[in-house]
Amino acid sequence: MSHFIQLDDITRRFTSVPPLAERLAKRLTGSIASPTVVHAVEGVSLSVNRGETLGLVGESGCGKSTLGRVAAGILGPTLGHAAVGGEPVMVGKRKVTTRIQMVFQDPYASLNPRMRVGETISEGPLAHGLITRAQADSDVTRWLTAVGLDAAAAQRFPHQFSGGQRQRVAIARALAMRPDALVCDEPVASLDVSIQAQIINLFLQLRRDLNLTMLFISHDLSVVRHVSDRVAIMYLGRIVETGPTEQIFTAPRHPYTRALLDSAPRLAADGAPVQDIRPIHGELPSPINPPPGCAFHQRCAFAQDQCKKELPLLRPLGEAQQAACHFPLETPDHAT
Amino acid sequence: MSKPKNSLPKGEMQSSVDKGISTTGALAPLLQVRDLATEFATRSGVARAVDGVSFDVFAGEIVGLVGESGSGKSVTGYSILGLIDLPGRITGGSVRLEGQELVGMSRKQLRTLRGRRIAMVFQDPMSTLNPVLTVFAQMQLAMRAHGQPDAAQMRARALQALGKVGIPDPERRLEAFPHELSGGMRQRVAIAIAFLNQPALVICDEPTTALDVSIQAQILVEMKTLVREAGVSLVWISHDLATVSVLASRLLVMYAGRLIEEGPTAEVLRRPRHPYTQGLIDSLPSRAAPGRDLVQIPGSTPALTSLPSGCAFRERCAHATAICSTAPAQTIDSPRTWSCHHPLNIHVAAESGL
Repeated sequence: MSHFIQLDDITRRFTSVPPLAERLAKRLTGSIASPTVVHAVEGVSLSVNRGETLGLVGESGCGKSTLGRVAAGILGPTLGHAAVGGEPVMVGKRKVTTRIQMVFQDPYASLNPRMRVGETISEGPLAHGLITRAQADSDVTRWLTAVGLDAAAAQRFPHQFSGGQRQRVAIARALAMRPDALVCDEPVASLDVSIQAQIINLFLQLRRDLNLTMLFISHDLSVVRHVSDRVAIMYLGRIVETGPTEQIFTAPRHPYTRALLDSAPRLAADGAPVQDIRPIHGELPSPINPPPGCAFHQRCAFAQDQCKKELPLLRPLGEAQQAACHFPLETPDHAT
Repeated sequence: MSKPKNSLPKGEMQSSVDKGISTTGALAPLLQVRDLATEFATRSGVARAVDGVSFDVFAGEIVGLVGESGSGKSVTGYSILGLIDLPGRITGGSVRLEGQELVGMSRKQLRTLRGRRIAMVFQDPMSTLNPVLTVFAQMQLAMRAHGQPDAAQMRARALQALGKVGIPDPERRLEAFPHELSGGMRQRVAIAIAFLNQPALVICDEPTTALDVSIQAQILVEMKTLVREAGVSLVWISHDLATVSVLASRLLVMYAGRLIEEGPTAEVLRRPRHPYTQGLIDSLPSRAAPGRDLVQIPGSTPALTSLPSGCAFRERCAHATAICSTAPAQTIDSPRTWSCHHPLNIHVAAESGL
């Protein structure tokens, strides 16, 4: 079964209506206070195959978290359709599938501080009738063990755990819903390097054991490269490039991907520092007023007139790679 | 040099004094930290956040101070500037900036130095900058604190400082409030303010951690130029080895309040002596083949109030033996130092001549 997570032409905008006072003031002067629209995600189509991990990379404000939330059914799309295993993620406004669950970035904010860890983990499955009350304890133990925590942890509160342990609890809570797919939104970004390695190993192990399909959102290129089978790069609400991980990292076709790779500090294979980083100029444009044409054209070294006017669409380049660029980079001669 | 403190092991004391002599030679260091100790009184006991830390920073040098959360790297930075408030206090050691002792200095004296000779850039520019003052107003405050420049002078200096940190259209940004700027721009303003009075030393506490990769890269490159042009010394505090290695020529690695390893960046990263440093490097995702398990350091950082005796890392260390329950003395093999009973890569290093 392929295309397990299926996102079709997802657009998500956030509209904020100006405050009453401003609306009245504008009306008095005879103009209309128009609402501000943030174009967080614009026309994104993505699919993740069963058992596959898709890394979703981008800088803050590019819409990667919004897209993840749409995939997990936390946010409804403004336009488009999200499905998991052939089932729609959201039916109406209230009913959401349990087949896809989410792990958030900050385990300090995502766990209820007043709930014992055991309750946190069993709350979901009980509410959805996946387990009975009598099964709750053994079920909690099962998932705590699966994430490498002691069964006694069920009786404790989140503040009694370290950051890494809390993230394990958050993962156990997601797994207790028996999902087929996980959306992980920067799950290791707030952890220390040595703890990060432990959690990454846990994800790798769970993926093997449970055949999980994952959408792994991160800004950290080395983490994404490590866990993903395929990678999608987002820029200002759109996917600019997608393809198999190694191809994206060794032979990117979109100038933004190339620039992102060049600007990340990294260590060479023998541990030597790589002091030559090449930053991209400028900043991410505002998703309230996206520039016309290619959103990256103002920062792109290869931009031509066409890029300022015409929006490049994602198109196949080579076997499994796609890039949204009028002038894609040639195969690597200046690659790392 | 510095007054002996009976609370510290004699060996440690001795070695750090030796180090001062051996590495300095004729050139006096700009900053000299000796056996610095900072403690915090907590409900569960006294936490020694900085425990006998000694190091030098020379003029024009960028030193990376690396460690995980709770390692004491930030508190070391704060202690240098005397920014420790109760329940914390500096309980011993010495910090000399250009030969002048900062520990025990009065608040008033410290204020004449802070911002002028030594400055700090913090992680979160939103909490560093005053939200109700324009960029220019804040820069004026910094300039007036150390002199009586006239209006035209201040404007010129502010514009120049903003330009140097890569702020486009500085004229316009001067009148902007912090909330009107992006995260990267705010941090640039904070950096510009830190460099405004041409300090000799700037301590940067994870200034790019909250920023995006592309903005971080811009700031790292700008920092390099800035340091070269201004001849400023930098202590760059970070948890991220890769980021530090872009800038720093020398690395200091901290664990549980102690300095456990020191040396030129490339050497420390390629042939770490301390098993903790090795563990940190090995746990980076870029060090393993994609999809394979990462090398992980077992367990987690111990609480500072209940550290094991001897080497604080021994309970997580694969090389630990009985001797590790006694404090390892600092070994000095200039330009490198380490505090470990079972240092790694000694023979490899000898053969390759490192």
